[in-house]
Amino acid sequence: MTDDILLLEAIERYLNGDMDAAERNYFENLRKTTPEIDQMVVEHGMFLHQMDIYAVHRNLRNSFQATHAKLLERGDINEGGELTTKGKVIQIWNKYKRVTAIAASVGGAIALVISGLALYFVPAINGNQIEQLSKAVDVIKKNQQYQGNLINEVKSKVPMDVRMINGGSGFLIDPKGFILTNAHVLKGTGAAVVVNSKGQEFNATIAHVDAEKDLAILKINDADFTPLKALPYSIRRNSSDLGEQVFTLGYPRNDIVYGEGYLSARSGYNSDSLSYQVQISANPGNSGGPLFNNNGEVIGILSTRQAQAEGVAFAVKSKNIFSMVDELVKNGDTAFEKIRLPSKNSLKGIDRKKQINKLEESVFYVKAFRK
Amino acid sequence: MKADSNEQVLLKGLALNDSKAIETIYKDNFSMVQAFILQNNGSYDDARDIFQEAMIALYEKAQNDSFVLTCQIKTYVYSICRRLWLKRLQQMGRYSHQVDSLEETVPVEEDLDIHEKRNAEFAIMDRALNSLGEPCKSLLEGYYLKKMDMQALASAFGYTNADNAKNQKYKCLMRLKKLFFSQYNIGD
Repeated sequence: MTDDILLLEAIERYLNGDMDAAERNYFENLRKTTPEIDQMVVEHGMFLHQMDIYAVHRNLRNSFQATHAKLLERGDINEGGELTTKGKVIQIWNKYKRVTAIAASVGGAIALVISGLALYFVPAINGNQIEQLSKAVDVIKKNQQYQGNLINEVKSKVPMDVRMINGGSGFLIDPKGFILTNAHVLKGTGAAVVVNSKGQEFNATIAHVDAEKDLAILKINDADFTPLKALPYSIRRNSSDLGEQVFTLGYPRNDIVYGEGYLSARSGYNSDSLSYQVQISANPGNSGGPLFNNNGEVIGILSTRQAQAEGVAFAVKSKNIFSMVDELVKNGDTAFEKIRLPSKNSLKGIDRKKQINKLEESVFYVKAFRK
Repeated sequence: MKADSNEQVLLKGLALNDSKAIETIYKDNFSMVQAFILQNNGSYDDARDIFQEAMIALYEKAQNDSFVLTCQIKTYVYSICRRLWLKRLQQMGRYSHQVDSLEETVPVEEDLDIHEKRNAEFAIMDRALNSLGEPCKSLLEGYYLKKMDMQALASAFGYTNADNAKNQKYKCLMRLKKLFFSQYNIGD
């Protein structure tokens, strides 16, 4: 073992350039004639290099942490805690006091001049109009009070003491009140309220979450909900074709929003075979919304978009709905035996406005919250 | 947009681990990154992490002698942080959220790949060192990281002479190398 230690020492001295010329020559000869030693030199050299990089990075990280703490203490940066910058604010105020005072007085003077000019030039007739307007405002105010009363009576079904976690879209896969959405819309929350396109809210429970497929099923549990007779659309079992025209309905804001585009790839982000790539304008909130083809068949569920590219979105393929529900039924989950995925499509061949008209009430705004 | 001479000086300072330069870059850029991360589902800790990662990436770039930053430090740091954070969001499955903003960015994918490789290597070495246990860890850190000589190490660790310390160091080093190379692929 002493030999090994000596050899390692020699290698380190060689790598650090601590050998004199004669020794160096001798050692290089040794390397040439003994492949084992050469191998050791290469390996150890690389290891030492890694150690050096490690040392440098560790020092860097430490000095960043120290800098962070220092700046935080000085109030140059802050992390939402108590602001320690009081001294600084005062400093700034002292520094800019004069400028601020001048700016304020100039501003005041200008304002006076302008309002004087305005008074002087405004025709007298305007006085009348202004009066009328204010009357109208009175009326509106009354109306608003009246409406305000009405609105107060209809309380939101989102409980007062909860935290809204996320919002997205969803759509019925069974007229009895089973809604499909993305798993990430629910974000591990405990409950959700769904809102239809007329603004009615219904309580819903989370019936199933499949994080892998990024799909989830909600069940509307609300006496106010009247099940539809039948869904106007069907869900497509087969894959769709490249270039197929598609459209979506969803809730990137409180109102339902329509968008259209085309299927641009048979696979999703990073060649994910569970999803399609779609060229469509999608915004946060469109997640979980249905993607229809021209015939009004659901071919996918909008789920994500590519942040650095304009209009590139991804949709989970509709056949995943079938495989998910089939699996649930096969596993003997009785709650899902009642689900009849829609197979009859009554939207084929009618124009888009009529299609949307029929579809609208099946697409929901999903509000997920945590108690 | 070329980095002005002032920024070049800052980068040179960063490359030399100069605390003044680090402080200036940190102060000028941190709040912007923090605001971006907080807006996009992140916490204060996330912001600190991501920003420091970006500083390391910038350091690596500045290390390179032939390197000329072709944009402002601000733009570069922001671009790196943005990519890093997007990636982390995606790993956490929180992807579809609002991650767009209208700040200017530059492509940094290549730099990030290099940076990530470095990061992985750092983690391997860190794990290996930390699983060594004492006194091996301190002994090797003393010799290889702090570059202390054997005599000083022997007295610091209470060995009767430098040869004993050398012996012990050798055993520790063999263990460390074994741990390191069990996870590090030379071929890559």
